[in-house]
Amino acid sequence: MTLDATDRAILNRMQDDLPLTNHPYAVIADDLDIAESDLLNRLSRLKDERIITRFGPFFDAAAMGGAFCLCAMAVPIEEFETVLTKVNAHPEVAHNYERTHRLNMWFVLATETPEGIAATAEAIERETGIAVLQFPKLQEFFIGFRVAA
Amino acid sequence: MIDAKDREIIEALQGGLPLVSAPYAQVAKTLGLDEDALLYRLAELKSRGVIRRIAAAPNHYKLGMTSNGMTVWDVDDARITKLGAQIGALPFVTHCYERPRALPDWPYNLFAMVHGSDRDEVEEKRAEIAAILGDACRAKDILYSTRILKKTGLRLKTKG
Repeated sequence: MTLDATDRAILNRMQDDLPLTNHPYAVIADDLDIAESDLLNRLSRLKDERIITRFGPFFDAAAMGGAFCLCAMAVPIEEFETVLTKVNAHPEVAHNYERTHRLNMWFVLATETPEGIAATAEAIERETGIAVLQFPKLQEFFIGFRVAA
Repeated sequence: MIDAKDREIIEALQGGLPLVSAPYAQVAKTLGLDEDALLYRLAELKSRGVIRRIAAAPNHYKLGMTSNGMTVWDVDDARITKLGAQIGALPFVTHCYERPRALPDWPYNLFAMVHGSDRDEVEEKRAEIAAILGDACRAKDILYSTRILKKTGLRLKTKG
């Protein structure tokens, strides 16, 4: 689908926080100078077309007592699929990407306790015989993605 | 920490917020709460940082941003906080973090995710980052993603 200027403005605005009021979409629609029904229709369409994958609260596992950690492994190509199966079998593995580097498997662990990170990383090391490097975030610098409006 | 009611609220919202005129009222109804009580709980979860924001997650691939590069930089520790904020503010950077180095294999401490319609565009954007970092940057690399191996959202266990 093609996005018009209004869709793009919506996409940018909806990456910022939605207010906690009875009719939050009406507040945004007002900002964008469109009708609330137009905003809701366009949002539904953006979601149906999977241009927006999800609309809702972003939760921080760390604030719930849990933890996130980016991890990386250098997996020999001939073992890649076998190792992948073992890694992905852990429900704590939230995202996993193959990347162009000697460290070629990058995944995020999300656990309900901080201790869960080390425990899962150790389990993966034991099962695969490959070191799991851990890159927890020390500082976050965030603004977000913007499409040309 | 979160209590049992918070957990119910989080579970009810994991799939997303309804796209209707009064979304909180609709969610409150399914939880047997009144709308004000839910709004109060949500404001509380937000003030504690459990909810970071209520927002859309865009699909970069569907927006034509099919090339995704994790740019990594070895930045002078004394200058990383100021420079990291500048890099994070760039419109094409979706995620930007300071992370620990893993020496000797991995000298990089600044990670900035860059999306573009192709690798040339990602490289142009990477050059913009390099220009901002200037002599504070001692080494750099870029890791393109070649395959999504797994992608799931945050899932709470049904019992905590």
